[in-house]
Amino acid sequence: MKGFSKIAWAALAVLGAFCLGTVALRQGETVNALWIVVAAVSIYLVAYRYYGLFIANKVMQLDATRATPAVLRNDGLDFVPTNKHVLFGHHFAAIAGAGPLVGPVLAAQMGYLPGMLWLICGVVLAGAVQDFMVLFISSRRDARSLGDLVREEMGQVPGTIALFGAFLIMIIILAVLAMVVVNALAESPWGMFTVVATMPIAVMMGVYMRYIRPGKIGEISVVGLILLLGAIWGGGQIAASPTWGPAFTFSKEAIVWMMVGYGFVASVLPVWLLLAPRDYLSTFLKIGTIVALAIGILVVMPDLKMPALTQFGSFGSPEYGKGPVWVGGLFPFLFITIACGAVSGFHALISSGTTPKLLANERHMPYIGYGGMLMESFVAIMALVAAAIIEPGVYFAMNSPPAIVGGDVATVAAKVTEWGFVITPDVLEATAKEIGESTILNRAGGAPTLAVGIAQILHSVLPGEDTMAFWYHFAILFEALFILTAVDAGTRAGRFMLQDLLGNFVPALRKTESWGANIIGTGGCVALWGYLLYTGVTDPFGGIRTLWPLFGISNQMLAGIALMLGTVVLFKLKRDRYAWVTIIPAVWLLLCTTSAGLIKIFDDNPAQGFLAQARKFQDAIASGTITAPAKDLGQMHQIVVNAYVNTGLTALFLFVVAAVLVYSVKTILAARRSPQRTDKETKYVALEPHQMADL
Amino acid sequence: MGTQLVPVGQFQAHRRVWRRLVQTARLCCGIPDYDNYVRHVLEKHPDRTPMDYKTFFRERQEARFGGGNGFRCC
Repeated sequence: MKGFSKIAWAALAVLGAFCLGTVALRQGETVNALWIVVAAVSIYLVAYRYYGLFIANKVMQLDATRATPAVLRNDGLDFVPTNKHVLFGHHFAAIAGAGPLVGPVLAAQMGYLPGMLWLICGVVLAGAVQDFMVLFISSRRDARSLGDLVREEMGQVPGTIALFGAFLIMIIILAVLAMVVVNALAESPWGMFTVVATMPIAVMMGVYMRYIRPGKIGEISVVGLILLLGAIWGGGQIAASPTWGPAFTFSKEAIVWMMVGYGFVASVLPVWLLLAPRDYLSTFLKIGTIVALAIGILVVMPDLKMPALTQFGSFGSPEYGKGPVWVGGLFPFLFITIACGAVSGFHALISSGTTPKLLANERHMPYIGYGGMLMESFVAIMALVAAAIIEPGVYFAMNSPPAIVGGDVATVAAKVTEWGFVITPDVLEATAKEIGESTILNRAGGAPTLAVGIAQILHSVLPGEDTMAFWYHFAILFEALFILTAVDAGTRAGRFMLQDLLGNFVPALRKTESWGANIIGTGGCVALWGYLLYTGVTDPFGGIRTLWPLFGISNQMLAGIALMLGTVVLFKLKRDRYAWVTIIPAVWLLLCTTSAGLIKIFDDNPAQGFLAQARKFQDAIASGTITAPAKDLGQMHQIVVNAYVNTGLTALFLFVVAAVLVYSVKTILAARRSPQRTDKETKYVALEPHQMADL
Repeated sequence: MGTQLVPVGQFQAHRRVWRRLVQTARLCCGIPDYDNYVRHVLEKHPDRTPMDYKTFFRERQEARFGGGNGFRCC
């Protein structure tokens, strides 16, 4: 039997390799999406079975008899030993969000092959290892958070630096996610109406769950979902109406102000009124849409229209590294653009937050830590497929900023065709009409592109007249909903962090119940991400081009910190011979983030380096000329200021990484000098037999 | 549903699957299993009265979004 299962695993590995080979080597022929999906899934399974269990058995030496924090501190509330499948669902819902959907779509400008390879290799060797490792470290230390773990194992200073880094990342994430929503909703009365309609629906649900039938989540969520579908239908009517259509049509700047105001109000309101019910809706919608997308791809089996490598991603080409969506070559920028799905530092905060408090047994860790991240990578693969099945001409028309391709369909179509992605202005207009929008141009950020892809897949599964537009807005709503939830939950969390930080200087600000302190904390947090959002949206270069790399750098940097922590812990445990498991991904991420950061600051090319850009525009201002894409002197000054702000932020990130690296090396050297283990694991407590039953 | 104190293992297979699904959905919203909580309090802290479902629900909702750990991933 054992021999047979070995053969089955070998067959699966061969299948994965064969599919991967097919995808990579079929030049000039169309490739079916199924090849990618099968390649990814078989490699994930083999990696889980062999590498995941190798880490569990040899590197971590997980012990099924060792009591976890959930068992030791079981209170039925925060600490609850939970069935492993239930916990897997919870963990996956907590880690998967907009990130794995947006990054691969932006990376598709290089062709689908580089993104796919990085997603698969990255998750197996780096992303899943990071999540798994942090879960292990936290669960053996009373389920403490990442900041506490770094402080405990490396010292007070690196702990504080890591926390400060986490706060900065949160601000950037909020700004960049909010920008994705702004780009999707601008000049779109249909999308705007559906998103606005979620608020009364959520408030109605909140009141119902609080007072009418307390705590009945299921029934009211079903009602809420039906109302949401009604709102999408209603949006179509509104957009078509000559009076209501213009009333729901807003410019990008107007939506920015609405987002800022909304973020402020939503995070000071009681949670049960708006935040919690919308969180429930977005969670259920998220899982439902991901499942529907997976089924859709399997049923439709679409062909990929994007080439495996575009001229922006092939080394020999003169256009290499000059893509319109984001600038830069494959190394390091591909590895920055696709963060979530391959490796995401933010997961370290989840794996050291709620999940270890719910873990019933140590042997569940590979499934939840390693397996959960593989699942997220699968979602990212689906997003890549959805971006690669739409016409490449449409893809580039949607994602290129007007500074590069121009502002009307004729010039955009001409420019994109010139790149070799043949498209006519009629097709661009027809696509916009098909999805019920007035234009599809200048909609960078991934969400609208992904929505077109999802709409095409779901439309093929359930065809019908005018359903393309319905599915497009369904997909937009699905993304906008959980991004908005992230914005208010994030503002709330950021407010507590900021109050804590400022409380070091003015103790009164620490009182979270006080209205004054509350408003200062929230206002400060909103002002920070609101500033980045506003400058990003009004940036003549298009904000996604500047902000997304910053987000990628910061997120990968946090992953680097988590992996350095893992390395430190392995050395302290005296498992030096296995330390390569975390050293390899940590070194890779440090190489990517620092080189990307240094290129972003110091590169001579003004399209790439912030300082070169600032200098170029300062010189132009001094000589009194207006340089494109700026249209007036104000925009010229704005470009200069943005370039300096971005330089400052990148430099801060580089400092955080360098500081943690120095402290890690110091701690590792000390650990190697010591003859015995120096880690801070909590002491072993054996599980009792009845606690091991019924798992 | 949600009021009996039956451990999941004692359900029939199809009802057990359904119950696991409900538990997952609730936990994704930050509401752990109520039966399990009541059973825990009755067994381990006989001196305390367990919260009723309404209070339990509100307490969990506050705990999920009230503290510094409201953030989920990007």
